[in-house]
Amino acid sequence: MKTFGGKVLFLDRSDINTDEIIPARYLTEISKDALKSHMLEDLKLEAFDPQAMQTSEARVIVSRANFGCGSSREHAPWVFEVNDINVVIAQSFARIFRQNMFNCGMLAIELPEDVIERLFSHCGGSAELIVDFNKDSFTISSAKGAESISYVISRFDKALVEAGGWVEFADARY
Amino acid sequence: MALTLAEKIFRSHLRDEPFPGTKVLDIDVVMCHEITTPIAINDLVERGKDRVFDPDRIKVVIDHVTPAKDTKTAQQGRILRDWVRRQKIKDFFDIGRNGVCHALFPEQGFIRPGYTVIMGDSHTCTHGAFGAFAAGVGTTDLEVGILKGVCAFREPKTIRININGTVPRAVYAKDIVLRIIKELTVKGATDCVIEFQGDVVKNMSMESRMTLCNMAIEAGATSGVCMPDEVTVEYLWPFISSEYANKQAALDDYKKWWSDNGCAYIKVIDLDVTGLEPQITFGFRPDEVKNISEMEGIPVDQIYIGSCTNGRIEDLRVAAGYLKGRSAASSVRGIVSPATPKVFREADEEGIIKIFMDAGFCVTNPTCGACLGMSNGVLAPGEACASTTNRNFNGRMGKGGMVYLMSPAVAAATAIEGRIADPRKLRREEL
Repeated sequence: MKTFGGKVLFLDRSDINTDEIIPARYLTEISKDALKSHMLEDLKLEAFDPQAMQTSEARVIVSRANFGCGSSREHAPWVFEVNDINVVIAQSFARIFRQNMFNCGMLAIELPEDVIERLFSHCGGSAELIVDFNKDSFTISSAKGAESISYVISRFDKALVEAGGWVEFADARY
Repeated sequence: MALTLAEKIFRSHLRDEPFPGTKVLDIDVVMCHEITTPIAINDLVERGKDRVFDPDRIKVVIDHVTPAKDTKTAQQGRILRDWVRRQKIKDFFDIGRNGVCHALFPEQGFIRPGYTVIMGDSHTCTHGAFGAFAAGVGTTDLEVGILKGVCAFREPKTIRININGTVPRAVYAKDIVLRIIKELTVKGATDCVIEFQGDVVKNMSMESRMTLCNMAIEAGATSGVCMPDEVTVEYLWPFISSEYANKQAALDDYKKWWSDNGCAYIKVIDLDVTGLEPQITFGFRPDEVKNISEMEGIPVDQIYIGSCTNGRIEDLRVAAGYLKGRSAASSVRGIVSPATPKVFREADEEGIIKIFMDAGFCVTNPTCGACLGMSNGVLAPGEACASTTNRNFNGRMGKGGMVYLMSPAVAAATAIEGRIADPRKLRREEL
């Protein structure tokens, strides 16, 4: 199983699509590692710098509604994976992106709008987030303080993370 | 119990329910292209599982970048070609026979009512036009589909949209679906199937129904669906004539997939298209949609007619109807990509290719082309394209470029004027 947690990158916008996460011009690559330097290259977000230290040191992304909409490209979770980001927390996800995350043994955590708002209050405070996978909860801490938040993922999604992904799960079962 | 079309397909294809609410379905058709499949193939090889569940139910095409533009895309093509040969997959479409997957595979008769279809491509929802459950998936889902013939989904919820009224002149399926996405928003149908119903849909060709279903994903939907009817049977007849005594028998059989009276919808929307204007996007999301009259006069640099949304023969006929005897403005670059070799051939025979060329358009081979800016037709920063495609995301057609989504009619009118233009103000010749 992967490890989940570390420094948080806050992306304060809804509807961040997979073209912004990894542009189509890089889909000619046939290795995941080749994607690494292009993460979030086309993200339309004021003051966001894909090359900044904050971006490269991030291990968790926190964002708003409908994260990962658009193309089915699994290159979106992969570009996070090769940058050691294994958790995305958002108010909601597009279906294919969410499934791709769990299929790769990664975590896509949905939380209500007010809880997401609370997470964003840590923005600018150099936040760290540690997931306790077995307890379905995480702790976020920053200069603004610390708090624990529990989340719900489906039993299937949890089983995929435990198995290491959908290929492992399906191969053992079908 | 009254069921929706999607619920009926889920019941008939249910292989397993590992946890409550998770449905693992048997898949009838697994479709593959050269962008998302090679990594799945390489992973299967690495795992020592270089097998396929059924070579006859895997359909393969090279369509996104074809002919190859560089060494990397040549390698993607090669991985696919070697795999197809190794696995004895006979339905493989390469140079000369290839075209945009969601236009080509329906033409080949691969999709039937009641089928489950997956592909590593978000616009797989197009095939729901045949009354199938067709979903775009990632590479891992594709890999498991190739190996095991199964895919997992959550229980489907269905949104029904009743499209009625009189379709105004110069208004097409594209305008209707843009109007629907505006209402639903880009996340309004997440984890849902959108059912397109009503008299307007009943009177639509399969091509127009595919345009509707193609853009269901832009509202977040898993699949768009239409009820299979006489139009579906007529389209499929060359492929199913040996299976049924006559067309009525096929229709009677296909009706079993229709959503039952009294089935459960999570939402029903009634849309009267009488009075609907041609629609066009203005921002970087496909739900940012306005009436054409609010957008007229905005200059563009490129016109693109093609894609899995609007690259079929009836789309080319409409655009050519406006372009006949006219020229694209000297300030714009016109590009048209007939979606398949069959579309190209028909367009040639009907004189449509000549009309485009006389109007100053570049006619490309069948390919996904400019739609996602990874082969030809890439925009320079600051440029804008009037496009019949499906996504206007930031950078979609090239870094710093802007895309306006519209019907082939609006694209043709815009080509002539060099600025976003209302096709209702132009005469169109019936081709």
